[in-house]
Amino acid sequence: MKHLTTKQVEKKMKSRIILNNILKTIFLLSTLFGLVVLAVLIIRVLTQGLAYINLDFLTGKLSTSPDRAGIMGAVLGTFWLMAVVIPVTMVLGVSTAIYNELYARKGRLQSIIQTNISNLAGVPSIVYGILGLTIFVRTMDFGNIVLAGGLTMSLLVLPIVIVSSQEAIRAVPKHLSEASFGMGATKWQTVKNIILPASLPGILTGTILALSRAIGETAPLVVLGIPALLLPFPGGIFDKFTVLPMQIYYWTLDSSLMEEYAYLASATIIVLLVLLFILNSTAIIIRNKFQQRY
Amino acid sequence: MANNSNLNKDNAVQVRELISKKRAGRSFSSIIEKAVPVLLFLIAMISLLTTIGILFTLLTETIHFFSRVSIIEFFTGTILRPLSQNPEFGILPLISGTIISSVIAMLVAGPIGIMTAIYLSEYATDRVRRTLKPLLELLAGIPTIVYGFFAFTFVTPLLREFIPGLEATNVLSPGIVMGIMIIPMIASLSEDAMSSVPNAMREGALALGATKLEVTFRVIVPAALSGIIASFVLGISRAIGETMILTIASGSSKNFTLDVTQSMQTMTAYIVEVSGGDAPAGSTIYYSLYAVAMTLFCFTLLMNIVARYVSRRYREEY
Repeated sequence: MKHLTTKQVEKKMKSRIILNNILKTIFLLSTLFGLVVLAVLIIRVLTQGLAYINLDFLTGKLSTSPDRAGIMGAVLGTFWLMAVVIPVTMVLGVSTAIYNELYARKGRLQSIIQTNISNLAGVPSIVYGILGLTIFVRTMDFGNIVLAGGLTMSLLVLPIVIVSSQEAIRAVPKHLSEASFGMGATKWQTVKNIILPASLPGILTGTILALSRAIGETAPLVVLGIPALLLPFPGGIFDKFTVLPMQIYYWTLDSSLMEEYAYLASATIIVLLVLLFILNSTAIIIRNKFQQRY
Repeated sequence: MANNSNLNKDNAVQVRELISKKRAGRSFSSIIEKAVPVLLFLIAMISLLTTIGILFTLLTETIHFFSRVSIIEFFTGTILRPLSQNPEFGILPLISGTIISSVIAMLVAGPIGIMTAIYLSEYATDRVRRTLKPLLELLAGIPTIVYGFFAFTFVTPLLREFIPGLEATNVLSPGIVMGIMIIPMIASLSEDAMSSVPNAMREGALALGATKLEVTFRVIVPAALSGIIASFVLGISRAIGETMILTIASGSSKNFTLDVTQSMQTMTAYIVEVSGGDAPAGSTIYYSLYAVAMTLFCFTLLMNIVARYVSRRYREEY
């Protein structure tokens, strides 16, 4: 029987080790690729748009001349849209989650609801736009007001809220609710006093993430026919409105006509990204701060 | 004594009152106990109603459409001219546009996504992974409209430096940008699948003298294959449903071609164009919106079902 010497092993292994190292570098580079693109995107937007951001831009009305145009209308529109989406998704999402996790009997119906929710999460956002257009704008005849847009967006992000709320509820340890039952509390009392407060951080985190999705989403609103040029500032949920992404959309399309519009779009993107950044950091802070260890 | 019995009486009355109060309270709370599940059930049904609503609106209007345009012409026609004098409604240009843009996106997102997943799951140290992963997930959180802007005002002009024949709106640039958008999704799902392969398998292979690379491709990737495939299918589904990047950067020409330097329209972009105004309710164009949306819906639904089937059917049990 021949024995391998260290030299032979090294010789045999050498090419394999080199190959390993080469591919390791390639893997690292491809990981960095996405980050480089992200950096380029952000630098590009900042260099184009930062100069355009000032108080007049933030508080001004929309205008056809680029140097006088402001985005206050879109900011207010975004605000009112959130005012619809937050309560609707919280109530619908959390209720559905409580029902699925705590009340539904394990069976056919429950598994249908569960499958349906994960299917809804995979439906393209533009299809929700068509649903909203057909039901809220045309059948119920709301017109393209905040309420119609908000309800459409709520349905779109509802699966996110439901799934994250279900996870939050499931994470509440059994012994807490059992202790509550042991003290003579009823089911609803247990849910209301024990399970909901304990899962609230998780629910809030999910809701905020869903909200940031709703704020950035454009396609359904385009389908609803949200206008570009506006109008008095929206003052409630029954007013016509526009939002930041729609503003970016129209200015991007206009940028082939006049280059200034691309800078306005960049400036609006900065505002939108800052808004999203604040929301996401809030979600992370809530998750870290209230993460309870039982 | 008398005083005392009076006091007793008073106490007894008080106790009785307390009990009846408690009972009243209990009956109120028992109503709540019965009402709450019903209420919650009704709210939970809204998610089902949403699906029914989507299916119902799409189906009824699509049937209207097919009473005017033959279903065969719709699915085999290569010309889409909804606004001309003799409108023609072939969906093939839209389907080809959708498929080509998705293929470009997957050519970018597939390899880079899986290589990223391999690096994060097999090579990166814990600390590197914990910094890189959230940074990558920032990519997924950027609104698609921003990617559309990026594709139109940055990537297309950049590509035109290298590809002279590239049109101002083309399918190549939004396809690439869409791929970049999908990278974190594929990377994250594949990484989850690879990380859940038990360490014993890694260590076993390493102990036999395999390099990390060999462990990855001979052991980890095959073991995690179902999760990786599912992530790809979900990525395709995402690409098919993506709207704003393509609406902005790929134009509105209904070309039936394979030339990626040309402008093409996808199903989603068609929906945006048509719903954007020039379709009076009741016209054939208006109904074509729903037929296209129905086709899009079926495409993505199929993909999502396949993804779930793959990840369930081929899940390895350790």
